[in-house]
Amino acid sequence: MEIILDSIFSTEFFFSVLRVATPLIFVSLAALVVKNGGVMCIAFEGMMLFSALGAVIGSAFSQSRLVGILVGLLLGMSISAIFAYFVLVLNSNGVLTGLALNILGSGGTVFMLYLISGDKGSSTALKSLIIPNVDIPIIKDIPVIGEILSGHNILTYVALITVVVVYILINKTPLGLRIRSVGENPHAAESVGIKVIKTKFIALMIGGFIASLGGIYMSMGYLPFFTRDMMAGRGFMGIAASNLGGGLTIPTFAAALLFGSAEALSNIMQSLRLPSEFMQMVPYIVTLIGLMLVGGNNKKLTFKKEEKNE
Amino acid sequence: MNKVMKIENQFKVIRIAFSIAIALAIAFLIISFVSDDPLYTMYNFIIGPFTSINRIGNIIEVMTPLLFTAVGVCIMYSANMINMASEGAFFLGGVATAYVAVTYTMPSGIHPIISILAGGIVGAIVCGIPAIMHIKFNALPVVSSLMINYVCLYLGLFIVNYVIRDPQAGYMASYKFAKTAILPELFSKTNVHLGLIIGLAVVVFGYYFLMRSKWGYSIRMIGKNTSFAKYSGMNVTAILLSCQLIGGFIAGIGGAVEQLGMYNRFQYQKLPGHGFDGVMIAILARYNPKFVPLASFFLAYIRVGADVMARTSDVPVEIVSIIQAVIIIFVASERFLEGWKYRRIVKATKDTHAEAEKQVVGEA
Repeated sequence: MEIILDSIFSTEFFFSVLRVATPLIFVSLAALVVKNGGVMCIAFEGMMLFSALGAVIGSAFSQSRLVGILVGLLLGMSISAIFAYFVLVLNSNGVLTGLALNILGSGGTVFMLYLISGDKGSSTALKSLIIPNVDIPIIKDIPVIGEILSGHNILTYVALITVVVVYILINKTPLGLRIRSVGENPHAAESVGIKVIKTKFIALMIGGFIASLGGIYMSMGYLPFFTRDMMAGRGFMGIAASNLGGGLTIPTFAAALLFGSAEALSNIMQSLRLPSEFMQMVPYIVTLIGLMLVGGNNKKLTFKKEEKNE
Repeated sequence: MNKVMKIENQFKVIRIAFSIAIALAIAFLIISFVSDDPLYTMYNFIIGPFTSINRIGNIIEVMTPLLFTAVGVCIMYSANMINMASEGAFFLGGVATAYVAVTYTMPSGIHPIISILAGGIVGAIVCGIPAIMHIKFNALPVVSSLMINYVCLYLGLFIVNYVIRDPQAGYMASYKFAKTAILPELFSKTNVHLGLIIGLAVVVFGYYFLMRSKWGYSIRMIGKNTSFAKYSGMNVTAILLSCQLIGGFIAGIGGAVEQLGMYNRFQYQKLPGHGFDGVMIAILARYNPKFVPLASFFLAYIRVGADVMARTSDVPVEIVSIIQAVIIIFVASERFLEGWKYRRIVKATKDTHAEAEKQVVGEA
């Protein structure tokens, strides 16, 4: 027990929380934007898988990080565009469409990976690039805080900046106001001249962009290659985090950090030769408990909405 | 107005047919880009599964577990609760069955029954959790059920690894199932097992339960209009919970039957995906268990076809996922082909009016 506590209250642990939480922060923010737009999208898993693979393929063939990131963004966002087209224009059932795109993400990436590298498990045969870690000048010299905050992958810092950007976008900009009003009450929004479908489409594309960054981090930072089904439910955890945060930016960020800590904890426990299966369950169980805790709040919200609709 | 109903129903079928056609067209397009010898590859994909008794047997084997998960999903989704836990129920049901089949000694007639029941009960619990979380805490069932799948995976792997693992197996697997527990084969040349009969019985049960019984009617009514069901005096929460439990029970039985019929030890390392396949089949069958065997057969056929193709050419099996995804996307889109449908409905209505007018004029 002491060993566990020692390993938790160490700078390495807090460092690893940020490292592990980065993809979760990205996808939680993506889910948050989409949730504010009033769309139920579960396709993040597929988006992230495609963007992760795109980043590997793009950077391996061009030997340029920028091309890798662009290809990753392109593939990831095309998934969110497909989702948006079918759900918003063709009026599809969002959950089923999301499920289909996740199946596509799981099988389609393996299909592409096999055609390109001849391997179905991982992309180690491709010489893809990684995004480097950086030290932050002044902060790195501060004891404790420097060890925790400095030396991360560039995308980890991008994730933290994205928190601020999303906060401003949702709360301080006209676009954010439009997205929220469309999510809150589409009829009212339409009556004051907001184009509902267009706004929801924009929200989904912003979500796709942010989620794709998370996918790119997975294959260019967290790991230096792509492995099949490497998201392992992170896309769904992001949805859970945005639910837990009640659609607000800072609580959602906190929820993402909470899930990240659970995952970092499970990584530590595994190295201490505790049954790894039990520890791997931890992040999912924490998510489930979180869903139950926040359920009550949501109930009030939905009742309010129903009343408004009537 | 009868004509309009007829057209509506026709288009439900037409839309499914079109979706399948589009999916296959996309698959063939991909094959022709990817493969060095597209014609031979496609021949293997389409005709391959029927070229030997062994392969036809394969289709039936692949189809058997899908019958269970699909009927389970039909019942769960009819109440309009999207519960993805059928995947976890299938997996953990299989583990529970393996535990009973490995640990206890029983006479041969009873052993499979008890093992399968254990799988079913575990499956019911797994699918019941998201429903209870939804009813009690209003937690989103889609997200909670997907999280539960991962919990099931790791819990199952833990049980296999620490409780019933056979150290002599050489790989991660349980002890061999007791001979008394294994389901007998039906035909000598294939692995088709008694599970097929059980599966078809489940389909018949599912059809009468969901489409013909009062209980099933309540479930479907809740799915169509929850408020109406509530105000007409139905106990919505009880029915909602019951149909998730029944659906989970059936999915759990599926995992059990698959283990006892196809394997002699538990050896899954990850979720097999049959629960998600069940969702696709249920959508194709329009949540009516009557059409589940046909839809399962179709999925099993393209899966075996893709398998034959992958062994004889350079196109990987994962093409099935692409086909599955495209089919679900198109079937789930309400407005796909809607314009065509409306034009036909308008025309039919105009015709009826014209006829009616003619009659009126004639009588006058």
